[in-house]
Amino acid sequence: MAVATGKSFASRFGVHIAVFIFVAIWTIPTLGILVSSLRDKDQIIASGWWNSFASSTQTEAGRLPPASAQVEKDGKFVLEGNIFGDDPARDISAFGVKSSAPTQYPARTIADLGDGETLQLNADGSFVMTSTKPFEGERGQRVYYASSAPPKFTTDNYNTVLFSEGIGRSFMNSLTVTIPATVIPILIAAFAAYALTWMRFPGRALLIAVIIGLLVVPLQMSLIPLLKLYNGVGSFFGVPSKTYLGIWLAHTGFGLPFAIYLLRSYIAGLPREIMESARIDGASDFEIFVKIVLPLSFPVLASFAIFQFLWVWNDLLVAMVFLGTEGDQIVLTAKLNALLGSRGGDWEILTTSAFITIVVPLIVFFSLQRYFVRGLLAGSVKGG
Amino acid sequence: MAAQIFSAIFVIVVGVGGCVAYFWGANKLVDIIFPSRGVAGAAAIDNLRRQGMIRPWLFVGPAMIILTIYLIYPVVETLRLSFLDRGGANFVGFANYEWAFGDREFRNAIFNNIIWLAVVPTACTFLGLIIAVLTDKIWWGTIAKSLIFLPLAISFVGASVIWKFIYEYRGEGQTQIGLLNAIIQYFGGQPQVWISLPFWNNFFLMIILIWIQTGFAMVILSSALRGIPEETLEAAVIDGANPFQIFWKIMVPQIWGTIAVVWTTITILVLKVFDIVLTMTNGQWNSQVLANLMFDWMFRGGGDFGRGATIAIIIMIAVIPIMIWNIRQANKETGGH
Repeated sequence: MAVATGKSFASRFGVHIAVFIFVAIWTIPTLGILVSSLRDKDQIIASGWWNSFASSTQTEAGRLPPASAQVEKDGKFVLEGNIFGDDPARDISAFGVKSSAPTQYPARTIADLGDGETLQLNADGSFVMTSTKPFEGERGQRVYYASSAPPKFTTDNYNTVLFSEGIGRSFMNSLTVTIPATVIPILIAAFAAYALTWMRFPGRALLIAVIIGLLVVPLQMSLIPLLKLYNGVGSFFGVPSKTYLGIWLAHTGFGLPFAIYLLRSYIAGLPREIMESARIDGASDFEIFVKIVLPLSFPVLASFAIFQFLWVWNDLLVAMVFLGTEGDQIVLTAKLNALLGSRGGDWEILTTSAFITIVVPLIVFFSLQRYFVRGLLAGSVKGG
Repeated sequence: MAAQIFSAIFVIVVGVGGCVAYFWGANKLVDIIFPSRGVAGAAAIDNLRRQGMIRPWLFVGPAMIILTIYLIYPVVETLRLSFLDRGGANFVGFANYEWAFGDREFRNAIFNNIIWLAVVPTACTFLGLIIAVLTDKIWWGTIAKSLIFLPLAISFVGASVIWKFIYEYRGEGQTQIGLLNAIIQYFGGQPQVWISLPFWNNFFLMIILIWIQTGFAMVILSSALRGIPEETLEAAVIDGANPFQIFWKIMVPQIWGTIAVVWTTITILVLKVFDIVLTMTNGQWNSQVLANLMFDWMFRGGGDFGRGATIAIIIMIAVIPIMIWNIRQANKETGGH
């Protein structure tokens, strides 16, 4: 018995460990950009973000003053000063004079540079350089040093990105695209789903089959014809071909099959008696729909709204084709993609922009997860 | 900024308002043209009948028009364009298809897509199933599930930045700021430029999609697992089955239908994968896939619509079996009523 409980304890412990590892793998990547976006931009490249609470060590280069600053002391020529100037907030651990060996000497040692020259660099940045011969030249000696700086967290990156990199503007553009592209399909799909469930008309079954078929048609099929159509309409009426209206309708079209499918399966499950008694009381289909079906369908409407919102907000392809990649209509995802090209190595810009891009979906997701999961289940388990 | 917010609100109100106005207005119009109230007997019945004929079309009309313009017409048009030249003016027969299968980049894309199809749905379903089973056993399972589910809300572009940061490369011996290379260097290995390693870079891109989609598989499979009757599992335990036997011989067969659904859903998604490849490599270093190649041809050198359409058709052909299966399943379900 004792052995048995011991084993089950061990296996239960194993389950905890296994789940913990999975959770770690799934959360650490996101944590990485969140932490990095709050770090000082010099520290981001100096040390890994997992070290961000420790002092970061970075190797830098500086130049001593030119020969004109030398003084003669006890038959030697001496240069003195502080390499940090008036910002001694850092700690030097080692220094060197060759780029191939930037940390050759520990701080405070008197390094013999040969040719009768010595250099001493202290932790606080103060230095003494001596020579038996006068120093010459307009440019001072180049010095490399490893210094450590205390961890520094800042919201500067957010300021930069929101107001000078154009992410703030793109954020508004994304909202302008997303809100109507979420609401319009809900309205259109809800009316259609009601008609397809509770109204009789010829061709209804065929229409349902077509919608289910369209559920899986790849977006790629639509892109070229619609691009041609939009360009044609644009040049015919002399209006721009890349407009918010254009992208709302495109998202509406691409979201409709799933919307109708999801809403129909829910509306079909509403009790028939309610609708029939309303009809006997003289309510028209419009009244039944607005006053009974819509309020009862709230959960499924919320599910679809979350889906569509996330899908439109996160979409890159439709936005790039129908709204363009330049100009003042660029949405967040396209902007982030552009930054990846133009600011490739600037991780303070990229991590901060990425976090701004994902923060809205994350809030929506966490606050409305219940509806989201319900929509997922209805959409795929029944959808088969 | 303020002006932009104002104009954004304005266009939103116009867009949504226009939509509400249509449904309300069209309905009102029918009531006015064919009044059923305040008219005598036979005329009222007649008008009610007419209303019954018109109203369904008012309700499904907008949906039908939009679906026709945005999905049905494009399918036909894309098929037609795939037989035309780059500008869509001259008929070229199967020239685009011949080009495709002779083109090195296209064959690379097909090859990669097949690997994506083989790896991603399998990995997501398998990991999702394991996590679903494990999290059901512990008290903090719900929190664990939420956290694993979370990447599903992140855009592919956002996820690409997140993972690009993990794959970041610095020369050997330097401080690695990319997590993966830091770990490798810590254990004495050699840092690599992961996303430009031919062939293997595909897998580093796939990890991103697996990371996003595993949560989806987990949630669906978890709810299916809950549907397995408790008695079945208890009976298996009493008969002395070990956890692995219970998993493979009892649980998996019972939720086979759901596994198939998860698998096909992710398969369709993989066929359309575009954002990840565009942002990570843009198809360089032999990491091209069909959807990105198509996007490329839409705009490359002023755009070649013939070739772009051909690639779209090839993606569509891969989806058709799933589409037929879907319609059959749905007919079976609604066949009863």
